[in-house]
Amino acid sequence: MAQGSSKAGAKSRERDVFSGTPTPSSTKRSGRRVYMVAGGVTKFAKAHPDMDFRLMCKKAFDKARSEVPNLRMDDIDGTRISYFSDHFSRQLKAASMVQDFLGLNPRGSVRIEWGGATGGECFQAAWEAVASGRMDTCLAVGYETMSRVQTWKGNEFIALASDVNYDFPLGGFYTGYYALMVTRHIYEYVRKTKFANIKDEREAQRKATEYASRVMAMVSVKNHRNALNNPYAQYPKNLTLDAVLNSEMVSYPITREDICTMSDGAAATILCTEEKAKELTDNPILVKGVGCGTDTMRLADRPFGKVLLMPHEKASDYADLQYPGVHSFRAGRAASIEAYRHAGIENPNKELSFVELHDAYASSEIQTYEDMGLCRYGEGYSFVERGDPFLKGVDYGFPVPKAGTTPVNPSGGLIACGHPVGATGLMQAVIAYWQLQHTIGKNFGSEKLQIPNAKRGAIHSHAGTGSSVTVSILERVRP
Amino acid sequence: MSTPGSAKGASGTKNNEGGKGKMGGKKELKRTSKFTEVQEALGKDGAAIFVDKKGTQNLYIDYPYHVNYIHSYAQDSPFFLGLAEGRLRGTRCEGCKYTYATPRTYCQFCGEEAKWVDLPLVGKVHSWTTCHYGSEAFLKETPYNLVIVEFEGANSVLLSRLKGCTEQDIYVGMPLVAKFAAEPKYLITDVWFEPAPGAVKR
Ligand SMILES: [Zn+2]
Repeated sequence: MAQGSSKAGAKSRERDVFSGTPTPSSTKRSGRRVYMVAGGVTKFAKAHPDMDFRLMCKKAFDKARSEVPNLRMDDIDGTRISYFSDHFSRQLKAASMVQDFLGLNPRGSVRIEWGGATGGECFQAAWEAVASGRMDTCLAVGYETMSRVQTWKGNEFIALASDVNYDFPLGGFYTGYYALMVTRHIYEYVRKTKFANIKDEREAQRKATEYASRVMAMVSVKNHRNALNNPYAQYPKNLTLDAVLNSEMVSYPITREDICTMSDGAAATILCTEEKAKELTDNPILVKGVGCGTDTMRLADRPFGKVLLMPHEKASDYADLQYPGVHSFRAGRAASIEAYRHAGIENPNKELSFVELHDAYASSEIQTYEDMGLCRYGEGYSFVERGDPFLKGVDYGFPVPKAGTTPVNPSGGLIACGHPVGATGLMQAVIAYWQLQHTIGKNFGSEKLQIPNAKRGAIHSHAGTGSSVTVSILERVRP
Repeated sequence: MSTPGSAKGASGTKNNEGGKGKMGGKKELKRTSKFTEVQEALGKDGAAIFVDKKGTQNLYIDYPYHVNYIHSYAQDSPFFLGLAEGRLRGTRCEGCKYTYATPRTYCQFCGEEAKWVDLPLVGKVHSWTTCHYGSEAFLKETPYNLVIVEFEGANSVLLSRLKGCTEQDIYVGMPLVAKFAAEPKYLITDVWFEPAPGAVKR
């Protein structure tokens, strides 16, 4: 029986086939240490009429190169190039055209595509190229040009990244899929707890959703207001809770201001060995851990099993929870566990200075706090209400008592920066890199978003309805 | 599909003029710094110039693309043929004792072939939403309800449409009945769910 909205349902399960995912791949990694030494982004925008994808990538690449004047073109051994959709580009093999335009032939290159996590995967592919010894210096560059079709056509292209037999023809629409997931999340974690004493099921669920919608609005306000100080962001806005709650309903309970938009943009990172890093910069950032997880393409295939535990959690914490169901992202959990192990992190909430995560929706940001172990499953909403993921020194228009505990999306995230898919995960890397270099002031023209003494950050890139997720850990080297 | 050279015009679409279309170079292209006007002009003329803040001219063209796929349901065919007969079919792995409400022809846990089974034609709302917007292909159908359905005796769930009720009626746990299209289109939309009799308080 699928997860229980009733006790009888839970009992009729015949066998607990799914009892957790196998331990993520070996963390005894023998590869070389890999450092990020430069990053560049174009401004994310609704459209860049004056730049095609090649020129956007060139601009991001040149910005990255400007950070390491000692880097010669000859130092770059090869590239990993990412974009999500051939439909948006109207050009197959567009990555070859990027390689060509950047003047990097005949070096080795490959295109990376992994849905919404395309940028995060590209970053890790470049990491692998260097860690394995195949390259000493690798460029990861990615882009998306989503302005080349109308918004609702763009939504259709994105929805084609759902099963075209079973899911897409029903009304293929990613906001709808995420609404389905958060509705169940609210049922599991709000209706069953905070509103457990209300007998009428409809009334209890409506109250739970009202409460959760307000918390989602807090996340939207956080990300939009953080972005006011990020010059690369597409939609910085001085939003209020009411403005989010009163914005158009797109898929109940997700409103227009809870959703990221279509964007044009590119981002580039340069990764290299320790030896090379020493030649290029006195402020390199170590890529300390990488992790990747997957889950079923169709939401409906997700098992109802046991939680994948992190070192700071116990099985008894989640005795009654059927996991991941449609309410949580097992891929995000698996990716986090692998990356944390690799980086030697035991309690992410204590050991990370900040997190840049894939908030395609305000709802999925809350779900992702739990998957990444920043709080326990079920605590995502109270984590926001306490203020943990907010920044100190930014005015949100409501109290955030614990602001600065674990800042999440100080950049403004996807919701406010935009989401040019193939660039997004790399943009996160670039901004995390500047945070850890303590150069946000120089790059943003304001210190407001600089996390004081930032030492270690996580970036999280997420695809589909959670069918693939990457998490990478970056760490400052200089004292 | 069309090629760029034929954008509106030579491909014989609505603005074909004397076989050359308006891309022939004689007509002045629309020049504007309003992007919406570029989009309008593309629909009419097949090309337009967007003048950006720096004064740069960016030439835009309309570029249609259409394809009819020869799509096979292949190993999933029994499910879609079943819908046409008013049957809702899942699959079951006997080794794992696991029933898939959205059929998987091979078990995701042990890799063995799963066998086709009939699912009950009643279920419950596991989760739901009402979409007020949608992809271009579905915009005209908004608002529509999506539902994840759970079935007694099945371990996984099924994504479907929920009809015969409004956003205000729906709740997790609501009992549902399956309905089938009288004239199958051989799409997943040949089945949908409605509230079980009495489930909606009027
Ligand atoms: Zn099996």
